Amino acid sequence: MTAVVERTDRQRRMLRRLPWWTAAICLVGIAALWIFPFLWMLSASLKDNMEMFTGGLKLWPSKFVWDNYARAWNDAHFGRYLINTVVVTLITVVLVTIRCATAGYVLARYKFRGSKIFLGVLVATLFVPTGYTIIPVVKISMQLGLIDSLGGMILALSGGAYVSAILIYYGYFRQIPRELEEAAVVDGAGFVRTFFSVMLPLAMPVTATVAVLTFITTWNAFFLPLVFTFSRPDLRTVSVGMQAFVGETATDWSGMAAAGVISIVPVVVLFIFLQRYFVEGISGAVKS
Amino acid sequence: MSIRSVQLTRRQTRRVAALDRPRFGWKKTTWIWIFLLPTTVLYGIYTIYPIIASYWYSLVEWNGFDADQTFVGLSNYRTVFADPLFWNSFKVTLLFMLLVVPARVLLTLLLAIVLNSPKLPLIGVLRSAFFIPVVTTTAIIGVVMRFVLDPSSGPVNSILTKLGAGGIDFLGNQHLALPTAAVLYIWKFFGVTMIYWLAALQTIPYELYEAARIDGAGPGQVFRHITVPMLRPFLIIITVLTVEETFHNFDLMYTLTGGGPYFHTEIIEIYIYRWAFGASIPQLGQASAAAVFFGLLVAVVGALQLWGVYAGRRLRGEQR
Repeated sequence: MTAVVERTDRQRRMLRRLPWWTAAICLVGIAALWIFPFLWMLSASLKDNMEMFTGGLKLWPSKFVWDNYARAWNDAHFGRYLINTVVVTLITVVLVTIRCATAGYVLARYKFRGSKIFLGVLVATLFVPTGYTIIPVVKISMQLGLIDSLGGMILALSGGAYVSAILIYYGYFRQIPRELEEAAVVDGAGFVRTFFSVMLPLAMPVTATVAVLTFITTWNAFFLPLVFTFSRPDLRTVSVGMQAFVGETATDWSGMAAAGVISIVPVVVLFIFLQRYFVEGISGAVKS
Repeated sequence: MSIRSVQLTRRQTRRVAALDRPRFGWKKTTWIWIFLLPTTVLYGIYTIYPIIASYWYSLVEWNGFDADQTFVGLSNYRTVFADPLFWNSFKVTLLFMLLVVPARVLLTLLLAIVLNSPKLPLIGVLRSAFFIPVVTTTAIIGVVMRFVLDPSSGPVNSILTKLGAGGIDFLGNQHLALPTAAVLYIWKFFGVTMIYWLAALQTIPYELYEAARIDGAGPGQVFRHITVPMLRPFLIIITVLTVEETFHNFDLMYTLTGGGPYFHTEIIEIYIYRWAFGASIPQLGQASAAAVFFGLLVAVVGALQLWGVYAGRRLRGEQR
């Protein structure tokens, strides 16, 4: 008797969950379609050029052609472009994180002459598009002798729109209780020590969010790296290199797919491991 | 009402007073400015200065980067405003926005509502899958999609040929190019708006749903009487954020179509690029005039956003 009751209970629970599972299966189908272009690119990077044309949307290559990657890496210089991108991205992430953390901290914790204006200017320029600022940026980089160099590209990228990063730090530092800072001062820590050994470690989650967001923005940047490398093809980043690749060797489509995989895999891997911080950074825009 | 606002300001002043010391010495002031120095220098040179300099550049005649600049007043603006291609790019920019924003805002809301229900299995995997296109490099997606949609050798058309409807030139057809770019753009940035909505949905306490269900409300009623009213304030800010994002579309358009076929997808950013970097004799004055106009357009929408946030706050305030 009790066994029968238990079974119907379980059945009922299963039945109640059935619509959810149906929904989930439908969504998995849509999601598979959603990421299909990437799967196709991955498979295309292993097909030979003939199969690219005849194979259609088939995912499994009939023969694995690893040579595509060798061509993309050496002949299309994607090894070089990848190194450029890594260098530019890492230094930009460090610069942006430091400058946003210090600025956000000072603006949140101290009221000084000009602090309101400073914050106001930042907020007013929250959405300035690159297309608007690009001409003076190139012009001043030429005057400073920074055009056609990775250093100049890094500085221009880290000077661009990271207002939201400052605002995330600002919001976080603002809600830290006063007592913590006072305790540090009582312990004899000065301004700099208080920041680096008390406040910055506290803001670790924010730092992770800002670093991940900046990493992906910089890695994917296209407009600035494009105009900074017109006369120096060896300084291209992967996004610019991809555009040039198609212009130069229009027939090597599987090599192109391989180059695309080389360029995109690092950000996707980073995202998969650190997606929590990424999602937090984006949803911060709505919450604040 | 007035009492409440007085209390609020008093509380605010107390909080501000608690945050800053009444006076601090020159040493601390120095440190404050040292902390602000990296942002002041980098942001000053690469964002603030260009915003101001654009206005000056738009008033000079200037061929190439090292030639002399001669002041010509508003003649660059006259040239730009007389150029039908400029108004074309303005139209394309707005049309693209109209194609993209409603789909992004409303479709993502539906998906977010489904992905917000705690009973749904595989929720983490699904969220990640819908988000992955966002983190990939837009310029690379543009290049790859140009091949995928190629009329003669691309895989999409080879499938369509087998189904008996092949040879569609998605990016070469004047009428199809912009909608195709819009669909790709929606796909690429769907995840961003989805995350916005998920963040908004998470502000609705779960107890509210429970209570409604206990009171006998069906899913439709819950949606109409709880989800929609609670989300309304967010609709404004999410829409404006999405609109602002669609202005930053150079990467996809440039790599996908380059503004073609025959300027049918030339957004303002490509128009500026063409005059400043693409032309054999760069017309930087003219490009700057277009850039200033573009900056004003973005600023107007930005102002709209501030107003939207304000209105949203008021809406939320009224509900309490």
